[in-house]
Amino acid sequence: MKRLEVKQLDISYGKKQIVFDVDFSLEESQIGCLLGPSGCGKTTALRAIAGFEKPTKGEIVLNGQKLNGSKTFVEPEKRHIGMVFQDIALFPHLSVVDNLQFGIRSWPRPQRDKRSGELLELVSMSQFEKTFPHELSGGQQQRIALARAIAPKPSLLLMDEPFSSLDVELREQLAREVRLILKQEKMSAILVTHDQDEAFAMGDYICVMHQGRVQQTDTAYNLYHNPANRFVGEFIGEGALLPGVIADTDTITTDLGEITGHLMESFKHGDTVDVLIRPENVIVAGANDNQAVITARYFRGSGYLYTLKTSGGAELLCLIPGSGGLQIDQSIGVRLQIDLPVVFKRPSPGTF
Amino acid sequence: MALILSVPILTIVSSVFEPTGDNWQHLKDTVLSEYIGNSLLLICGVGSCALLIGVSTAWLTAMCRFPGKNLFVWLLLLPMAMPAYIVAYTYTGMFDFAGPVQTAIRDWTGWGYRDYYFPQIRSMSGAIAMLSLVLYPYVYLLARSTFLEQSVGVMEVSRTLDCGPWTVFYRVALPLARPAIAAGLSLVLMETLADYGTVSYFGLGVFTTGIFRTWFGLGDYTAASKMAAVLLLFVFALIILERVSRNKAQYHNSSGKLTRFSEYRLQGFKAWGAFATCSIPLFLGFLLPAAQLFLWALETWSDMVDERFLELIRNSFLLGFGAAVISVLLALFLGYGKRILPGKTTIVSIRTASIGYAVPGTVIAVGVIIPFAWLDGRIDSFMQSSIGISSGLILSGTIVAVMFAYVVRFLAVSLQAVESGLGKIKPSMEVAARSLGCRPLETLFKIHIPLMKSSTLTALMIVFVDVMKELPATLILRPFDFNTLAVRAFELASDERLADSSTAALTIIFVGLAPVIYLSKIISQSRLEQGNI
Repeated sequence: MKRLEVKQLDISYGKKQIVFDVDFSLEESQIGCLLGPSGCGKTTALRAIAGFEKPTKGEIVLNGQKLNGSKTFVEPEKRHIGMVFQDIALFPHLSVVDNLQFGIRSWPRPQRDKRSGELLELVSMSQFEKTFPHELSGGQQQRIALARAIAPKPSLLLMDEPFSSLDVELREQLAREVRLILKQEKMSAILVTHDQDEAFAMGDYICVMHQGRVQQTDTAYNLYHNPANRFVGEFIGEGALLPGVIADTDTITTDLGEITGHLMESFKHGDTVDVLIRPENVIVAGANDNQAVITARYFRGSGYLYTLKTSGGAELLCLIPGSGGLQIDQSIGVRLQIDLPVVFKRPSPGTF
Repeated sequence: MALILSVPILTIVSSVFEPTGDNWQHLKDTVLSEYIGNSLLLICGVGSCALLIGVSTAWLTAMCRFPGKNLFVWLLLLPMAMPAYIVAYTYTGMFDFAGPVQTAIRDWTGWGYRDYYFPQIRSMSGAIAMLSLVLYPYVYLLARSTFLEQSVGVMEVSRTLDCGPWTVFYRVALPLARPAIAAGLSLVLMETLADYGTVSYFGLGVFTTGIFRTWFGLGDYTAASKMAAVLLLFVFALIILERVSRNKAQYHNSSGKLTRFSEYRLQGFKAWGAFATCSIPLFLGFLLPAAQLFLWALETWSDMVDERFLELIRNSFLLGFGAAVISVLLALFLGYGKRILPGKTTIVSIRTASIGYAVPGTVIAVGVIIPFAWLDGRIDSFMQSSIGISSGLILSGTIVAVMFAYVVRFLAVSLQAVESGLGKIKPSMEVAARSLGCRPLETLFKIHIPLMKSSTLTALMIVFVDVMKELPATLILRPFDFNTLAVRAFELASDERLADSSTAALTIIFVGLAPVIYLSKIISQSRLEQGNI
């Protein structure tokens, strides 16, 4: 049995529909991510799962139990779903330990104390038991908020942009830490975020949303290397789109020569397409190869990321390790190295 | 609910459309222009004096370091506890022709009457001085907090750009703080327009005294409410000024973290100048009159504290407590309603209900008594025709009317405190509590009530004290032979029994000190927090 199933979910605010036909599911102790730009409907979907929004259509099933329907609606406090918020929302009038025990206040005292002690240790904050929230740093507060949410051992944990109020350096570190804690507790969880690094660090799988619809649900690797559509291709990772024309069943002609590889059958000879080129696909070659001009360069630690302009005017990104001997306005020869080309049909001008 | 509360104001507004009587015509021809002129003169005078005192002390205590600064930060608020009319008659007692100061001058120099010049206390400039001395803290409070909050980064930048302290003040800090200062100023002006005790004691013809004269002297209620409507016009202008400047202040306040500004260290005569600037308003606005009252009270308290005095205290406390509880409950109801149903109707009705604070007590009293008397008449004739008994005055001549007027006038105060308390509870906290298994009612008790305890207490306290001090509405609406401390103090003072009134006055001031000290505690706390960042 799946831990959570969301089936064909529609949600509207008044007349405005926010979420369209969203479908995904979560296995036991799996961590799923809803990833997308702000306003894509991911938070609304999360609130519906928690019971703070009523879906207009579709089903939410937790542990085999239907949570919403025309007659039955399980109230949020009865769903046994934990939540962690962007603005942390610790209760300022309660100490750390009282915050932790808030959700388990009906447990007998010894169990309660044991559980909060356990959790404080799990989030490495045992010495802060008696502290009040405002005396903690942002990262510490969010750790306590996480512990508070998982204290009652909910069947599902929902996290709404939990790291976005924290400093950038702290985010990924905490995301990895939280993942370990959740795995240790065997917690099933859904993370909502607009930051793909966070999603990659946390999620077992990621569901990319845009304009209220699910674009692709997959592992981070597949989202990067095999995006289902143009939006996912551009949203995930770095890269550029290189225009080309289908020359054969397995060949595309571009400014930088021919690209070969398996293509979907729906492409016909003469179709105009865009090929997704990741920075690592671009290799510096000799003077005999196709030429491109360097227009910008950015230091990236292990090397430099260059922006190139092809003779046809298309822009590409290219990552070259090393100390970076190439200068702006210099012309270099480049070659493309692609095993499985990602190709999108170019929309005719009227449709996009 | 909010509609009922706006009845008094609507009554006044609608009176404009009633037919004009002879009295109104007469008033218009004779005294109305005098009232308008005097009122304008008064608000201009009080406005500029309060600005000068408020802004200069705010700047000094926010940005400079000089002897006694930390004390001045909260001492400067003390004059807020002084009702203007009490300060007014205390000064009159001290500096009048027969007062100790002039008598001493005559004894010392041997001059007689009219041999020397001495400023007349009971005059327009006297009233301006009295009102500015007790009202400047509004400007001081708002200006100081913006000086502290917003300008730190900007001011440090301007210091690195070679600006001296004066340049920083004029070119950077003052323009940035202007919205907040304007908001404080509009509060001062509203209070000035609302003042009845001082102007009436000094015998000045302004709107509030005019309404009283028309009401009691001519007995013309329509003319009185028309006069009140003209006064409302001024008040609405001030409300708009306040709203606009508050919105702007919000816009400016959005600077991120607070850092500690490195204060200007004042030394030598500059330090003493700063000390004097801060101690003069404190001395004149609080210490001197309080000391005089204390001396008088020492002489007279044994005669004054009797059964009747205890009754006065009981009445005042009863009214204050009742009005405080009712208006805080109402504020909780309205504030929570706004949160649950944030519709346009809710917001508009809350806005209307909270205008009361800006409206002078005199106006509200007139606005309360007209519909109440009408309602009483209706009930009375209904009772007489149906059971043949006259019900008399159920509403208008009783405490109900007084209480209602207080709630209308002070609801805004409690609403503001309650709303700021609710604002501290983020929506996600409610969601968190519910996702941790709390039912809605349980959430109210576990989260909202404990978190709002202090702001609700503040609201209770402020309304209580405001009611204790309230004079004009009580004077008009109180039942026959029903007195409060404020009314008694004012009556005794009007009868030139200044020393006798001091015990009642001191009691009011003493009670009024509580919220002021509490306020100052909050201020010094926020200062500490700033130091920690």
